[in-house]
Amino acid sequence: MHNKTIAQIARDLAAGEYSSVEITQSLLTRIEQLDKTYNSFITVTAEQALAQAKAADEQRAAGNANAWTGVPMAHKDIFCTNGVLTSCASKMLSNFVAPYDATVVSNFNQAGAVSLGKLNMDEFAMGSSNESSYYGGVKNPWDIERVPGGSSGGSAAAVAARLVPGATATDTGGSIRQPAAFCGITGLKPTYGRVSRWGMIAFASSLDQGGTMTRTAEDSAMMLNVMASFDPKDSTCVDQDIPDYTATLNNSIEGLTIGLPKEYFRDDLSAEMQQQVRDAIAEFEKMGAKVKEISLPNTHLAIPAYYVVAPAECSANLSRMDGVRFGHRCENPQDINDLYKRSRGEGFGEEVKRRIMVGAYALSAGFYDAYYKQAQQVRRLIKNDFVEAFKEVDVIMSPTTPSPAFKAGEKTSDPVAMYLEDIFTIALNLAGLPGMSIPCGQVAAEGGNPLPVGLQLIGNYFDEARLLNLGHQFQQATDWHQQAPADLA
Amino acid sequence: MALEQDQVRNIAELARLQIDENQIGEYQKNLTNILDLVDQLSTADTTGVEPMAHPLDAVQRLRADAVTESNQREHFQTIAPATDNGHYLVPRVIE
Repeated sequence: MHNKTIAQIARDLAAGEYSSVEITQSLLTRIEQLDKTYNSFITVTAEQALAQAKAADEQRAAGNANAWTGVPMAHKDIFCTNGVLTSCASKMLSNFVAPYDATVVSNFNQAGAVSLGKLNMDEFAMGSSNESSYYGGVKNPWDIERVPGGSSGGSAAAVAARLVPGATATDTGGSIRQPAAFCGITGLKPTYGRVSRWGMIAFASSLDQGGTMTRTAEDSAMMLNVMASFDPKDSTCVDQDIPDYTATLNNSIEGLTIGLPKEYFRDDLSAEMQQQVRDAIAEFEKMGAKVKEISLPNTHLAIPAYYVVAPAECSANLSRMDGVRFGHRCENPQDINDLYKRSRGEGFGEEVKRRIMVGAYALSAGFYDAYYKQAQQVRRLIKNDFVEAFKEVDVIMSPTTPSPAFKAGEKTSDPVAMYLEDIFTIALNLAGLPGMSIPCGQVAAEGGNPLPVGLQLIGNYFDEARLLNLGHQFQQATDWHQQAPADLA
Repeated sequence: MALEQDQVRNIAELARLQIDENQIGEYQKNLTNILDLVDQLSTADTTGVEPMAHPLDAVQRLRADAVTESNQREHFQTIAPATDNGHYLVPRVIE
């Protein structure tokens, strides 16, 4: 039962093959057995899940079911869930039982979905390996000595380990696409503003975007149909028509032009991975797409710009964690300054503190123009590169990551080495474009386990339907998305 | 550019973060490395380039000046570290 996709579960529930309570119970049992190893969940909400499943079965019996009624899934622990711990994987929020639902969460509740719980992540979504979580690292199901990627590492590992068919996630600099690539699944980051950020704990508000983790592009389309909504409560949410993303999955891709940015196919990329990505692109050519080399000349400035904009916004956003209204408070504060400093010093982990400090420095008097303003200007140069490219091509493709999943502990002592992990994903967040990673091959790791390789598809603004169409067509022609880690097959 | 240890202490103070004195050196090293990475920005010619705050250059939406939220003080204060009579308690601020 655990190998079923969201689309299959929806069909089976409609056909009466099994009930929502049955599949929910079966996945809860599987989580209990296997997640001791992976640590992908922070909180499992078994009782609530079974109550939701029972209500969904009753709704179906009454003839009121829709596509999502009774389908199980789980949320990244960055989305507020009313009455359920929402920790953002931080000690600071380890006692924060959210008093309301995020818009994304209430969208899934209203659609009749069953939430199995809250998934592990890097603390406040800051990281590329899920090692900064207060609740411990997550193991990559393909090789438990390796990281699942981050920050949405719990979402990716849970979907790859077949603990849930789909999960919500967020992407500020690659936090959906990089873990999706490391865990061999399909991850979609929509256009900035497509999915409401209300109730999604803010890291860098001008970059954060909620998205999907699934095994197939078809499932991602089903999830995005629920997630995408215009939300007046999020002032950056965009009021624009939302298509049925499942309706165009089978469109022909004949005649589409794929752009290959030369800056993303560098010599230092492993030859084996580069070959897998090129083979995947050849698959699209077989289906009638054309390929064109393009240039995104400001690519090298993306990581420097990001590490000003993201820390600056995080230092402002995280100032609300002050030990006064919610979250961790230190023992016996001597005065108000002591209360702030010790609550924050104790509540935040190392990486979060580093980023708050970089942000506070970049925004401080005398440095604003050199850092924040210059970064926002570079951001426009990066966006303009993409705008020019999309005059010539319909979609851009590249590797998602420069290397496959690395070993736990390999990059924890060097923050800058960790930052370079996101070299192919970060520019999209700065530009606000949609991107997707789909599994397109495997390379052999030393030690023998195969490790998945991700292909990144970059779309023009609000072109999620085209990315999903391309992903679905690729998954009709290949079976990389059906490969499972050896222990789980 | 290399940060001095006193600058690290000052930034921590600005950000209201308690940092152990024996960790200042580690922060100094890591923050300096991050700022070195970021300094590549200065190589970009951004003369006349408008800073970009929102990817779609959206402007703030306006809404009618009407009450849409109800008062949920008690509900929200159930998760507060310390309250009294509907107020959030903090150490004495004014002597």
